[in-house]
Amino acid sequence: MAKTLVGTDYVPPDLIEKITGRAKYAEDWRAEGMLFAKQLLSPMPHARVRNIDASAALEMDGVEAVLTADDLAEYMGEAGPLDERSLTNHPKYEGEPVLAVAATSEKIAADAIEKIKVDFEPLPFALDPLDSIAPGGADSLPDGNSIVRERTDTGVETVVRRVEWTAEDLATARGSDGEKGRMPEGVFQDEWTNGDLEKGFADADYIIDEPLFFQSVTHHPMEPRSCMAHWDGETCHLYPSTQSVAFTLLAGQGTVGVPPQNLVVHAEYTGGGFGSKIVGTSNMAVPVYLAKKTGKPVMHRVTRYEENYIGRARPGFQGWAKIGFKKNGRISAFDWAVIQDNGPYGRQSDMGTSGNMVSLTYQPESMRHRGLSIATNTPPRAPQRAPGGVQMSAMVEPLLDRAADHLGIDRLTIRQINIAKNGAKFGDGEGRNVTTAYVTEAWDRLAEMVDWEDAKARSGQMNGSKVTGVGLASSTYTAGSSGFDGLMLITPEGRLEIHTGIGNLGTHSYSDTARVAADLLDVPWEKVDMVWGDTGKGVPHTCVQAGSQTTHAITRATHAAATEMQTKLQEIAAQVHGGSASQYVVAGERVYRRGNRAAGLSLAQAAERAIEMGGRYDGTELNEGLSPITLGGAAVLKGRGLLAAAKDNYGRAGDVYSWVVAYAEIELDKETGVIELTDYKAVTDCGTVLNPRSLGGQLHGGAVQGFGCAVGQKWVYDPQWGIPFANRFYTARPATILDVPLEMEWDAVNMPDPNNPVGSKGIGEPPMGAGCASLLCAIQDALGQDTVAYLPLMTDHIINQLEGREQDSEFLAAHT
Amino acid sequence: MAVIHDMIPDFELYQPESLDGALEVLDRHRDTAWVLAGGMDTFDWFKDRVKRPEAVVDLGAIPELSGISETDGGIEIGAMTPLTEVVENELVRERYSILAEAAETVATPQIRNQGTLGGNLVQDTRCWYYRAGWPCYRAGGNICYADTPESMNREHCIFDASRCVAVTPSDTAPALIALDAEMVIRGRRGERTVAAEDFFVGPAIDITRMTVLQPNEVLQSVRIPDTWAGADFYFEKVRDRNAWDFPLVNVASAMRVEDGVVQDCRLSVGAVSPVPLRMDRCEELLRGQRISEDIATRIAELGVIGAKPLRHNGYKVPLMRNLIRRAIRGQAPV
Repeated sequence: MAKTLVGTDYVPPDLIEKITGRAKYAEDWRAEGMLFAKQLLSPMPHARVRNIDASAALEMDGVEAVLTADDLAEYMGEAGPLDERSLTNHPKYEGEPVLAVAATSEKIAADAIEKIKVDFEPLPFALDPLDSIAPGGADSLPDGNSIVRERTDTGVETVVRRVEWTAEDLATARGSDGEKGRMPEGVFQDEWTNGDLEKGFADADYIIDEPLFFQSVTHHPMEPRSCMAHWDGETCHLYPSTQSVAFTLLAGQGTVGVPPQNLVVHAEYTGGGFGSKIVGTSNMAVPVYLAKKTGKPVMHRVTRYEENYIGRARPGFQGWAKIGFKKNGRISAFDWAVIQDNGPYGRQSDMGTSGNMVSLTYQPESMRHRGLSIATNTPPRAPQRAPGGVQMSAMVEPLLDRAADHLGIDRLTIRQINIAKNGAKFGDGEGRNVTTAYVTEAWDRLAEMVDWEDAKARSGQMNGSKVTGVGLASSTYTAGSSGFDGLMLITPEGRLEIHTGIGNLGTHSYSDTARVAADLLDVPWEKVDMVWGDTGKGVPHTCVQAGSQTTHAITRATHAAATEMQTKLQEIAAQVHGGSASQYVVAGERVYRRGNRAAGLSLAQAAERAIEMGGRYDGTELNEGLSPITLGGAAVLKGRGLLAAAKDNYGRAGDVYSWVVAYAEIELDKETGVIELTDYKAVTDCGTVLNPRSLGGQLHGGAVQGFGCAVGQKWVYDPQWGIPFANRFYTARPATILDVPLEMEWDAVNMPDPNNPVGSKGIGEPPMGAGCASLLCAIQDALGQDTVAYLPLMTDHIINQLEGREQDSEFLAAHT
Repeated sequence: MAVIHDMIPDFELYQPESLDGALEVLDRHRDTAWVLAGGMDTFDWFKDRVKRPEAVVDLGAIPELSGISETDGGIEIGAMTPLTEVVENELVRERYSILAEAAETVATPQIRNQGTLGGNLVQDTRCWYYRAGWPCYRAGGNICYADTPESMNREHCIFDASRCVAVTPSDTAPALIALDAEMVIRGRRGERTVAAEDFFVGPAIDITRMTVLQPNEVLQSVRIPDTWAGADFYFEKVRDRNAWDFPLVNVASAMRVEDGVVQDCRLSVGAVSPVPLRMDRCEELLRGQRISEDIATRIAELGVIGAKPLRHNGYKVPLMRNLIRRAIRGQAPV
């Protein structure tokens, strides 16, 4: 296969639309007679709605409908007590939507909301997991404080249980009498152990036993989750902000109560999601059923304020790490325990994943993982860019530096001695293994880029009141799934039309992955048409655009379909010009007999021939094993040219993970606590590089998100009233372009993963953890090696540290 | 508290082309009127429907309120002059660089393009309880939600609490106090001037206002005398991030120093009190002193005497102390 496109920069097909403002994001859609929706949010962190009086609102000119949770129950069926719906009569966090109004303008809808009287019954609430599990602590839910899945005679049931720790366990966990907390026993829900932990600690020459804190962080994509909907008979047209187009269709029954056959999803552009919009968003049912109720299109524009509530967040961790190191820095024992701030719905996977990430990243000789998920009356959680992985890297990487310092080992060396390599095993019983892990190569390249010896010499240097700190960190995460379908067409105009059902989040992966087909079929990129963002135009079964799955999964699926396309071209040529298909090659926009370019057809001619031939060539007959959504997509394209639809049946020898190793350098002003990030460099192992420019954007963009997490972003709740304050951009404080160096460098080891036809792995996840953790390590380096186990390290925390003052908030307290 | 957010309610918009016209409208509507400058403070209030004036008087079309001009005794800056213009103005940069530095730390480039000097001075406090519409003292209620044993008050005051613990958020105010500036106020009955340090009022005087401006008055301009032109200046703002962030503490100083000895000085600190503090006690002690690390440290220690931190803002005491120290010693090495 020619590799002229894979690995080279290019202009993505959506660029002009974006920079000219013509690209339509969810709230840019308009339809004749469209109404606007506004929501009434719960003013209490936990309550029951006793009564709603919307009569005054409904009498207003321009108000067309009020939608309540009861209405949704009529349309979608009764929600389970633990299910999240777009609207609820049992709000479980301040800001949860209770009802919505549709009116001829947003202004009228907002005025109407003010006229609605809702009688709320306040209920007890819990904001802090540790407070909730204390003896007599408040529960976040009517029946307890933890959502668990329990095996029953009939299957697995999701129930609520109360978890409570003893006062002694809590004292150990939190620390007392001026002593820091340490590894508690307590009650945990997830637990697994690899190897002999006791022996591991006995073999250790140095043991760290530390409490750790990672805050909950809202996703805050640039585009809030606005959504428009209208009905055409029984067909619902949905215009959401979503990470995944095909999966938003597939999930339609669950999210909006509309089966895929009655749903059309239109979403060409999405302004980020970071895991918060994987299959659409929680508010989609609002415009869908207001549109149903009124018979008119309805737009629900979500504001930044509302985004803070319904926009999902990363679960915070209250955690503990007890790590045994041998003299040479090798980790002989790693005891890891976290309490996950789960929010009020579902059960997040972060805590479990964090244990796997410890196991994979550091390959400890023995390990115990324990996790406890506690529900709180704070906004719902969802996976956020390397869920569990960012928390783990940020909390543990500074501890490695502390151990290195104590043992007199180089900070790079301690990471290299505990490194994962190709085929590395990890997880519960080490039952999993990665495909490739070129982390050694990445560290070597980074050490060369930063001149690590020189960088170390800068550590601790004073410039007036400023001290230099340098930090290293690594981060890994899943980087691909498999088993999806590819769908493409060669048209009678000789163009290659590639259809995809992944979302367009701005990462360019929707088109990066298509270039594999253009390379394989030797079609110039100018003759490739991408079709994305509209399930009405025919999409295949493609992965969710989440967990960095896309690059790996969709290059495989695209490759499978392109290979089938190649085969069909050869078959058509053989039928026209005789001989066997294997005698024909596809190159230079033709299929021709090897050695005789004249004996063949152009792609345009082959497409015309396919239409004439019908059957398996024009999409009338399709392969076995294709997903129903692919079959539906192919049906849309049938008869338009030479069609190829194929499932990714390639094998895979393990789980696909990508890696980022990073270097951060700071100047910390010891009089003001101000940190200036002066340098950042990152090197990745993400397999074959598909699109260098976009890869650089991911490595640096993810890092910037991590920097904000390390030193700026947090929730602040008034504990007495259960109400948050950091609910807009300026109070939530994500990092900005003015908080990072103008120039940041990156590189890739560019080693192909043999489990992918072009060697690629995804890369969206790990850059954030590497950025976050390397900055924390640099701060710790500047402050002294016994400081950092807490995020975010904001100015007040650093000044208190520098002044030897007690911190103004309790160490493990959430949302302060 | 706000029931609906991000949707501005109806009001009558007035866009007078003269200051007299604006004052006439304000006089007519009195307490139900709102003065709109750049909108950077205003629109948050309106979008959350916490402030619901009947009449909004947009000063944007009044030429006499904008621009920077040289006067006999210094310069005069129209209150509607965008912060970016203050930052870039040659006169300001040459003679009163401290003001340009302070203005340049406000928010973001975009906000500085839209926001005005006057708006930055008269903006309301950023106490998040108050801004979220909680019925606190400042909002006419009978409690301070930010000053209970469980309140979240990391950004609040360490001096001069009087039922309310909110702080002044302005970055340009300490600089103007250090420059001994004068605020020119216009009302229907004419013009009055107030020293910058007296322009701001704390809750002990009037808990519902941040400045001496009456409902029917407008800040017309800021006059800066040449007393401190070209002096030794220092301005520093500490914030959590470099864009769109209010000061945790800011400091401004102007000094006349001869042979290392302070002849005269003015020093002001913001975000530690409901008003920008003039540190007159520190100034008094500093005059006649030879600048040294020791003197800077001793005077800075005195500057924070009397601080009463709340539960979550104890860090402001050493931060304020260190910033005063830096303001005294300037950029001299530690």
